Amino acid sequence: MADLSVNICGIDFKNPIIPASGVFGYGREYEEFYSLSELGGIATKGTTGTKRTGNLSPRIAETPAGMLNSVGLQNPGIDYFIQHELPNLMTKNTVILANIAGSTPEECAEVAQKLDATDVHMIELNISCPNVKQGGAAFGTSCQMAEQVTAAVRKATKKPLIVKLSPNVTSITEIAKSVEAAGADAVSLINTLLGMRIDIHTRRPVLRNNVGGLSGAGIFPVAVRMVWQTANAVKIPVIGMGGVTSGEDAIELMMAGASAVQVGMAVFTDPYAPVKIIRQMNEFLDENKISSVREIIGTVQPW
Amino acid sequence: MKYLQGEYPIIQKQALAKDIYSLVILCPEIAQIACAGQFVHILPKGFGLRRPISIAGIDKTAGTLRIVFVIKHQGTQAIADLNQGDYIDMIGPLGHGFTLLPEAQHVILVGGGIGVPPMLPLAAYYGGKATAVSGFRTFQQVILQEDLESYGAQTICCTEDGSAGTVKGFVTTPLEQLLSEGADAVFACGSIPMLKAVAEVCMRNQTYCEVSLEERMACGIGACLGCACKIRKDHQEEFLHVCKNGPVFKAEEVCW
Repeated sequence: MADLSVNICGIDFKNPIIPASGVFGYGREYEEFYSLSELGGIATKGTTGTKRTGNLSPRIAETPAGMLNSVGLQNPGIDYFIQHELPNLMTKNTVILANIAGSTPEECAEVAQKLDATDVHMIELNISCPNVKQGGAAFGTSCQMAEQVTAAVRKATKKPLIVKLSPNVTSITEIAKSVEAAGADAVSLINTLLGMRIDIHTRRPVLRNNVGGLSGAGIFPVAVRMVWQTANAVKIPVIGMGGVTSGEDAIELMMAGASAVQVGMAVFTDPYAPVKIIRQMNEFLDENKISSVREIIGTVQPW
Repeated sequence: MKYLQGEYPIIQKQALAKDIYSLVILCPEIAQIACAGQFVHILPKGFGLRRPISIAGIDKTAGTLRIVFVIKHQGTQAIADLNQGDYIDMIGPLGHGFTLLPEAQHVILVGGGIGVPPMLPLAAYYGGKATAVSGFRTFQQVILQEDLESYGAQTICCTEDGSAGTVKGFVTTPLEQLLSEGADAVFACGSIPMLKAVAEVCMRNQTYCEVSLEERMACGIGACLGCACKIRKDHQEEFLHVCKNGPVFKAEEVCW
């Protein structure tokens, strides 16, 4: 048994595997399959200042080696989350990353301030949702906006602040440096890539929102590249995600520079994916006589 | 609610019509808790997303479930390529099924096309108290009429082109007639236009109606919020989810 524990921004994780925001709700459904305490952490469904209804259906489209989604941040709002979901999550013996979003820097700051008064372990600020008209990716695709919203949230909370970055940019390292300068304690990446499918019989986009976020195994190489570039550009920890489906993928992302790994679409293919990935990481480390997963972080030897 | 996931053996495979297959799957722990109107979430080998398929038969004694599905694209094709003896990766039973009314004297089961299979467990429950109205485009797509009759249900088969069955046209024509004679409830599954028409007929005749909806789905258990449908509750419209809140909803609550 290798040591799988990691520490990010002073928070201890028993292992580096975290179901990503949006795929796991607030954990209630997956708890019917396994104990949430097996997980390193849980990134909760993106929560905004007030309740959001989300986009019209269809919100889901399958793609080769992936999927598109355009859920549009459907959530019951921060007050409901703090009152009805967070207390339950805090009893699960795993690190809780509250994912937050908003249409304006003020809304994001207000949500963060409310969370500041709770026991939640970390805040993950989503500046990269491709499915909402205001805020979302608009924050994550300009250095100036990314810096502004990060600074606003930084002022509102003392909790460790992770900023979740969009891959839909020319240079993710520039955005990462901007949010680092504005006070982010860590960055997580990549959110989904903007995509589109068309039903050629009806000539209508498959998604009612026309476009949506691409995730799944097909985007994994993009994630590896961006994690590697970002880890080399900033001093703060990087949490990697994007198409991870196996323990080997998670190891690869950590070698690229990730201190922890989030798992998204793989959970839909196999609800047990996060726990299987943890087991597979362990097997890899044991087979290679590596005593701690921390030893592999950022150890890729580029040509 | 407890969800089960596993690989279960297919013990019978049957072709029912062009591109329509029936599989009987040995999965005692799922069969034991499955209800009419629920579905299973099946992973075609090599695909990332599962396919929600309604349960068409529950045999608790034999420990089996039956599914009947149509090949739409490559995913359902991969499921259809499985044979007796192969294993199928399945999560189930999922969703909120039809309400069973033990007091009912006469219920009407309305199925359109591949919406007919989920009517079978209802026919098994209501037996002779059920009239099953099934609608198909043409004779080549007619399925499961003998199965419905084997449970004691009366059947009325409609085809749009009149090439099979006793009614040429839509299911709503015999439904109007049946409702004028009185019924305790209507349970329906089929295309949105059909369900909407059925709901309107029931509303006009003040008959209780439940409909089973379909939507593109990812997790199947209520976590990802992918399969939203607009539902009216207490005069307020909200997005609920087909996989967890449904697939069965009260027809009067659906915002068509």
